[in-house]
Amino acid sequence: MSVLLRASGLCQRYTTGKKLFGKPSTVTAVDGIDLEIHAGEIVGVVGESGSGKSTLARMLLGIETPAAGEVEWQGGPMPNPATPEWRALRRDMQLIFQDPLAALDRRMTVANQIAEPLEIHKMLPRDQISGRVAELMEKVGLRPDQADRYPLELSGGQRQRVVIARALAMSPKFLVCDEPVSALDVSIQAQVVNLLYDLQQEEDLTMVFISHDLKVVRNLCDRVVVMYLGRIVEEGPADEIFAKPLHPYTQALVSSVPQAGTGMKGRIVLQGEPPNPAARPSGCAFHPRCRFADAACKSQVPPLMRDNGRLAACLKLRTLPFQDEKQLTHA
Amino acid sequence: MLNHILIRLVRAFLTLMLVMTFAFLVLRLSGDPAIILLGPDAPQDAINAFRERWGLNDPLWKQYLAYIAQVLTLDFGVSMRDQVPALELVISRIPATLAITVPALILKIAIGIPAGVYAALHRQSIADRGVITLSIFGFTVPSFVLGLILVLIFAVSLGWLPSGGQDSWKHAILPIATLSVGGIGIMARFSRSAMIEVLGQPYIRTAMAKGLSWRDVVWKHALPNAAVPIVTLLGFMVGSLIAGAAVVESIFSWPGVGRLIVTSVANRDLAVVQSLLLVIACSMIVANFLVDLGYGLLDPRLRARRAAH
Amino acid sequence: MTVAALSAEVPARRGLLSRARQKMPMLIWLCALWLLAMVLVAIFADLLRPYPITKMDLSARMAEPGTPGHWLGTDDLGRDVLSRLMQSIRVSLVIAFGATILSAVVGTGLGFLAAQFRGWVENAVMALADFQAALPFLIMSLAVLAFFGTSMLLLVCLMGFYGWERYARIARGLAISASAQGYAGAVVQLGAKPSRVYLRHILPNVASTLIVSMTLTFPEIILMESGLSFLGLGVQPPQTSLGNMVGFGREYLTRAPWIMLAPSVVIVLTTLSISLLGDWLRDRLDPTIR
Repeated sequence: MSVLLRASGLCQRYTTGKKLFGKPSTVTAVDGIDLEIHAGEIVGVVGESGSGKSTLARMLLGIETPAAGEVEWQGGPMPNPATPEWRALRRDMQLIFQDPLAALDRRMTVANQIAEPLEIHKMLPRDQISGRVAELMEKVGLRPDQADRYPLELSGGQRQRVVIARALAMSPKFLVCDEPVSALDVSIQAQVVNLLYDLQQEEDLTMVFISHDLKVVRNLCDRVVVMYLGRIVEEGPADEIFAKPLHPYTQALVSSVPQAGTGMKGRIVLQGEPPNPAARPSGCAFHPRCRFADAACKSQVPPLMRDNGRLAACLKLRTLPFQDEKQLTHA
Repeated sequence: MLNHILIRLVRAFLTLMLVMTFAFLVLRLSGDPAIILLGPDAPQDAINAFRERWGLNDPLWKQYLAYIAQVLTLDFGVSMRDQVPALELVISRIPATLAITVPALILKIAIGIPAGVYAALHRQSIADRGVITLSIFGFTVPSFVLGLILVLIFAVSLGWLPSGGQDSWKHAILPIATLSVGGIGIMARFSRSAMIEVLGQPYIRTAMAKGLSWRDVVWKHALPNAAVPIVTLLGFMVGSLIAGAAVVESIFSWPGVGRLIVTSVANRDLAVVQSLLLVIACSMIVANFLVDLGYGLLDPRLRARRAAH
Repeated sequence: MTVAALSAEVPARRGLLSRARQKMPMLIWLCALWLLAMVLVAIFADLLRPYPITKMDLSARMAEPGTPGHWLGTDDLGRDVLSRLMQSIRVSLVIAFGATILSAVVGTGLGFLAAQFRGWVENAVMALADFQAALPFLIMSLAVLAFFGTSMLLLVCLMGFYGWERYARIARGLAISASAQGYAGAVVQLGAKPSRVYLRHILPNVASTLIVSMTLTFPEIILMESGLSFLGLGVQPPQTSLGNMVGFGREYLTRAPWIMLAPSVVIVLTTLSISLLGDWLRDRLDPTIR
């Protein structure tokens, strides 16, 4: 598989609480991420809120310029935002938003919004646009009579279908879905996820799927990246990560996925406060909440290490008690 | 809180600099100051001497710096008409203006706010409708129309009050009335809507649910919260009072700052206009600064932050 | 999204007129009629007025209202008040209309610029807005007129600066919130140029708010222009405007009050109509601004 997109050493910092006198405080949202996305795969990115998932997504798409590091698209550098090259590149890469209602213009009909990328990039003669829109609507499961509706007249799931149709209008190669179903009713979530999966198969898409919902990631993704406070703590094929999570954080996440018939047994409940990027702990950022942390974890930053074909960032990797899925859920 | 004050001070200073720059630019853009000040018939020698004297042959930035230095030493030049220092002339007119604007402001606050709060607490009553009508009246009847109509009624038809001049307290009644009537309506309307908004908040329902008397709910919860937007409006009121004074003093021949503006603009007495501009800007900035401070004192969040230090 | 909220949004798109017919109180009808009459007078002033505005009739000086041929009376020079009033309505409305458009365009443009470029552009625009708020507009206009002298063009341009900072603040705020997480950001992400984002998406979305602000600014500009003209510093004779007429009529307050009352009534009724109509529109179009 060829590498479609490569990120190396990505960092992003935000300045907050700027005061007239005194130093502005900076928050490191993403802190040194290396990632390769191969053509045709679905990569899941999981982590709690504040772990830098969305920032990473925006940098992968070139919407934000990283403070350090770089993104390569098909071997070439990512153009700066809002330049003509950057705009032209939008034909190849698209974003699906978390809140479809916010991402749609309330004063435009569904059909006009789906047609918009075609107009922007002048991809079709005017008389063929409506045909293409109808085709896209059918593909994402919208009825033809909904073409003249406005976003407020649709349900949440239908709105997300409109956003997906709009993103697919240009037949992009690469699609980033930033929590695409978390704003939807649970009953709708599966439909939209299945739609995304079918489209990925049909259109030969490469996809990055960001979510805090491990069930969805497990069912959908080929490969999983686990993030904690702006860093990758574990990365590997989805089956292996869910079967044998290596990092203590991943273990806690995996154990929190409810399994039928097991009740609450074996759950690892994370202690301490959820991660705050503004007050990053020293050493391994996870140590205040880790069951296995010792003095070394407070001072040393663990690198992402390869072990038996798996990647994880933990100093205790070799000495951790081995836990497979059965032990986690039935211990 | 200190940081808050410092930021306000810096912003106030910047605004003042902008006003000064505005005066400077407008003066330079409007033509050769030598000709404007000396008149188009002035002999060439006099113009040259004037240009030399005021450094008008220097590059513009140098003139700007010289101008700033001049302003900072409170030297605004001499009034063309009266041949006295412009700033002195302006300052001598301030008391007369304060004599009508301060009572007008007090009336707006003392009548407008209670009337608005009363209207909010008794919605759809006659008082409420009265407040709304008066406020629409305040928005739509310009002060020069109101002033002339008051003169027509109380001075011309009834003969109760004098129509102009500054000889006794009676002379001040019509100017103060003209300045305050519309403002009372606006103040009342604004207090009413601020109060209604606060009364609709969940914490008022909570306060009532925990059994506080209606009186306590209004005095301890609603009023302090409604005070914040009302104080903000007061800042705007000061500006409209100064603008209103220009019109009202002209109608009633009241020898204050407002009438001075109109006459010196008509005579193109630039030194006086410039000093007026800066004096008015200063008073506006001070008023807004005080409003900001009041806001800081009233806003519980800012108060809490200060207490934490 | 509840059903109630949905159904509340849907009729917002039906024609303004059809909804206006459905429920428009008597008072609002009267306001609209009065404004329509004013606009017609302004457009057809040349055809409607019985006399030229400078035509003097020295045999009928200070004729009282009701005099045949001079239904609103004449002034000190025997000029027909009704004819002058019609011309004044035209002049005042043209100035106010031009200035309202100018300030809406300037303000919205600057607000969008501030939202698009942020950084120092935004700071500069906001500093200018602060400056505008620091000086009462009447005083600033007086200063400009003192320096430049009075001319019609200058007056319109000057009035065009009235209230621009309100549009700028509204436009900037709405544009920023639309770009940060909203539809505008999504359209940028599709590859649209800023011109498309602002003209096709943000402008239509903020238009109703801006139109409502225009109904607030318009009467204020009429009042501002009349105030300046009343003080003798706005529209200059032989041209006439509403404020200008009141100013001249003031000299004859005791002997011929109708000279001053006729334009006063027009000013009050016009600003009143626009304010009431604006309030009514605001309740229907955009409940978010005061």
